[in-house]
Amino acid sequence: MGQDIAMETERTAVGTGLTGAHAERLSGLVTASRAQVDRDTGLALYRDMTLGRRFEDKCAEMYYRGKMFGFVHLYNGQEAVSTGVIGAMKRQHDWFCSTYRDHVHALSAGVPAREVMSELFGKETGCSKGRGGSMHLFSKEHHLLGGYAFIGEGIPVALGAAFTSRYKREALGEADSDSVTAAFFGDGTCNIGQFYECLNMAQLWKLPIIFVVENNKWAIGMDHNRATSDPEIWRKAASFGMAGEEVDGMDVLAVRAAAERAVARARAGEGPTLLECLTYRFRGHSLADPDELRAEEEKQFWAQRDPLKALERDLVSAGLVSSEDLRAIEKEIDAEVQDCVDFALSAPEPDSSELTRYIWAED
Amino acid sequence: MAGTLLFNALREAIDEEMALDPHVCVMGEDVGHYGGSYKVTKDLCEKYGELRVLDTPIAENSFTGMAVGAAMTGLRPIVEGMNMGFLLLAFNQISNNMGMLRYTSGGNYTIPTVVRGPGGVGRQLGAEHSQRLEAYFHAVPGIKIVACSTPTNAKGLMKAAIRDNNPVLFFEHVLLYNLTEELPEGDYICALDQADLVKEGTDVTILTYSRMRHHCLKAVEQLEADGISVELIDLISLKPFDMETIARSIRKTHKVIVVEECMKTGGIGAELIALITEQCFDELDARPVRLSSQDIPTPYNGNLENLTIIQPHQIVEAAQTIVREGL
Repeated sequence: MGQDIAMETERTAVGTGLTGAHAERLSGLVTASRAQVDRDTGLALYRDMTLGRRFEDKCAEMYYRGKMFGFVHLYNGQEAVSTGVIGAMKRQHDWFCSTYRDHVHALSAGVPAREVMSELFGKETGCSKGRGGSMHLFSKEHHLLGGYAFIGEGIPVALGAAFTSRYKREALGEADSDSVTAAFFGDGTCNIGQFYECLNMAQLWKLPIIFVVENNKWAIGMDHNRATSDPEIWRKAASFGMAGEEVDGMDVLAVRAAAERAVARARAGEGPTLLECLTYRFRGHSLADPDELRAEEEKQFWAQRDPLKALERDLVSAGLVSSEDLRAIEKEIDAEVQDCVDFALSAPEPDSSELTRYIWAED
Repeated sequence: MAGTLLFNALREAIDEEMALDPHVCVMGEDVGHYGGSYKVTKDLCEKYGELRVLDTPIAENSFTGMAVGAAMTGLRPIVEGMNMGFLLLAFNQISNNMGMLRYTSGGNYTIPTVVRGPGGVGRQLGAEHSQRLEAYFHAVPGIKIVACSTPTNAKGLMKAAIRDNNPVLFFEHVLLYNLTEELPEGDYICALDQADLVKEGTDVTILTYSRMRHHCLKAVEQLEADGISVELIDLISLKPFDMETIARSIRKTHKVIVVEECMKTGGIGAELIALITEQCFDELDARPVRLSSQDIPTPYNGNLENLTIIQPHQIVEAAQTIVREGL
């Protein structure tokens, strides 16, 4: 019986629009405000998103050429979220927590592309010394709490970082302790217990954390509308008395504005925010995913909202930059991406005598 | 006789360490206002405040993960499992993140945490509250596992665990909280990785831990009266084992019995005897003996519960057999 109802809901969702409820939500979304940026900030946003996009494209190439292994989850299409949120925060001061789809969060947080690419190649120069791999990028220097491969397990870790921020201010008397933590995760994660447990604790203790949901509609092959009773994730915040907001996750200026509001709340001690970013991944779940379930028309709908092209239109039409400026950035990024591949290719493998190093704190 | 109850010895250890280092904090269910289910954190919330002794909602996997994140960013959390069995609900955080994260991060982060609480078979608490998780967690890399057994070692081990920069799973036993003992004066710690040579002897080595130490002591009294000299070792560290102390004893007695409260299959004794066989094979004059709990959920009925775990008379019989008959 229950299954029949769920299936009926799905048919209705698909039947009422060309590409399903997710696209309809985006189309109907009224953006509260968009960030005002100057030329330098606009270029920085474009640079960060371009680095994310081209780094991932290079990963696909290297994977298919047999240079990297395992499960590799690319971020193409979602760049406005990483750039919009992390760009509104303070690098090496605020904390960032990611999932298995973590390359671009690491790059936005400031982990050098050389360190990320060589980690994917399993090299000693990787940010996790070749021990972590694609799904386990870490950098204490850049306040990247890590990539967590199991659904939902990174959220409490992020909550712990937010707890430390408050603890330092109130229990240790460090008046300037105002770091905010951003926890990134997807729509599929919003059906697991740890998500709800942590929303509760974060609001209960007014912790400085932003729960950033990258709702890309698909949990591998599970359509969001088939997995959850109320697809509007941001509304779950209200059950906890928490601020919640939905935002066009293909629009970096809208994401940035929403993130600025959430950061301001958190720094002021007003507690957490649940920020749902409506977005889409342009590739399959991972490079091993045959991607057979997503309709071509759905992909087209979202491809037309490519966040890089959208930002270009915004910046050029506002007269802040020229197309040539952006082509020049792309050229620089291509060189940077090539450089990180060359670096990773020639980097040393971990020393086999250090196989058991890093188990204990002392070594 | 003046003395300190075991739960108060643990409380003293936590109190002293919290006074020494403001980064040390406690989190878990009912650790604050209530003072802990076995009163190990009694009054600490009043003394140190609600942030340092944090009452959490009932959400084991999440508050354990929160401790991991807090530890990664500079704090030294002590997590209380109200009953150690509940930590099955936190298995993912303890395994994936406490245990493995330092390694997978290539040394980026340390996770100085203590996870402590009451375990073991109590008095008719039913199967879910009578767990011995030490065996379940034994294969997780990157965590130390200790079991206290007296007020003196409870305090010294707890202080060492809090000061250690690695995750430590700290097992207490529900039936030992009311043991009383005079504690050593002043600030002392017990090494996390050293077994306790409880009693020297020459005929047979008995290796045990936690509450079974006291069952073994009862058995030893009878065995000594019977003319059998037992060397009794409390393992203390369940991971890693103090193989130096263990091997030294086996080189002396050439016979070994492991007495444990965990289940036989995949238990602490299984790993221990495998190691003894690998490292001390030529020293053994008899087959190693394992005395373990039955491989069953702990039954509620008192008689059946007693039959599930090892009793002192079984230790006596096993020792007599191995010494007299060499079997």
